[in-house]
Amino acid sequence: MMSKIVRTMSNFLILVVLVYGLYIIMHGHSTPGGGFQGGAVVASGVALLIVAFGSHSIHENLKEHHLSILKSTGLLIFIGLAFGGMARTFFYNFLVGSPIFGHIPPLGPNPGEMLSGGVIPLMDIGVSLNVAGGLSAILLVMALAITATEVEE
Amino acid sequence: MEGIPFNIPFLAVAAMIGIAFYIIVSQRNLIKLVMGLSILASGVNLFLITLGYREGGIAPVYTHAPTERMVLPIPQALTLTSIVIAVACLALMLSMVVHIYRHTGDIDAEKSRQMKG
Amino acid sequence: MRKIAIAVSLTVFIAFLIAAAFLIHPFGSPPSQMDDYIIENAQRETGANNAVTAVVFDYRGYDTLGEATILFTAVVGVVMLFRKERRG
Repeated sequence: MMSKIVRTMSNFLILVVLVYGLYIIMHGHSTPGGGFQGGAVVASGVALLIVAFGSHSIHENLKEHHLSILKSTGLLIFIGLAFGGMARTFFYNFLVGSPIFGHIPPLGPNPGEMLSGGVIPLMDIGVSLNVAGGLSAILLVMALAITATEVEE
Repeated sequence: MEGIPFNIPFLAVAAMIGIAFYIIVSQRNLIKLVMGLSILASGVNLFLITLGYREGGIAPVYTHAPTERMVLPIPQALTLTSIVIAVACLALMLSMVVHIYRHTGDIDAEKSRQMKG
Repeated sequence: MRKIAIAVSLTVFIAFLIAAAFLIHPFGSPPSQMDDYIIENAQRETGANNAVTAVVFDYRGYDTLGEATILFTAVVGVVMLFRKERRG
């Protein structure tokens, strides 16, 4: 547990970090970034909370089975979308040309569009849930195991 | 033997891999051994990225792109996968080192090898 | 005896690495046939503006499936190692 100023500022900074991570995830098909990078940014926000508040306070509200549900849901979304285009092959991009996400941008340099990219933005969401849940689970479990004995200052 | 190219980035990769192999062979402390494996993974990632560089190239993104040639995109995709796998293996190795310390009380590679009954 | 064998093999390996760093292609002009095809046709076939994301999720999606499975398995291994036993 750190001092009062650190705890108040980290209460505010976690919102900024989450919005930044979500921006990197959702614009993965237009700008550099994607699922893995955005998931790592969200996990670093959880690391900020663990350092500022102490691992026992965080463990009262965020248990391991919540993170396990997040991980498994992300991986199931990814595999389900891979089986979606099974009419031709495995991992076929079946949403290009259809009205959901499938507008093809003009060739050459252009200002980017949000509703393009086929099945890629939905796969980004699945992979980012997997990575964020997995890295947060590693950090939480290791922080709990190391501070098992009280350190007197 | 006309023009032997003097590639500095590839020499840096060779130095990193050589130092990593020397650390793995000669150190006895388990934490230093894990650090040597991490340097080896970083050296291989650097080699993958410097394989696909074109001179005067831009990033392979079409959004607001200036009109020049693009750098190769396939080695960057392979490096993404390699970085994530290195992080996962590093987490698993460090938690095993913590367990070895709890059960035998020593993190020397020679002493913690005997199996006690 | 063991130390001499280790030193000799390490020297041979590092000499091989430095020789390979000189004999590889000059830095800045790699041979690229597959990448030229991907830079030309990635926008038309996948509809994404980012060539790296198109390669990771569309042209080589099978490798991404294997990598997501590796991350999942490693996290399961770490959480299992730090579990407290309950006796009784």
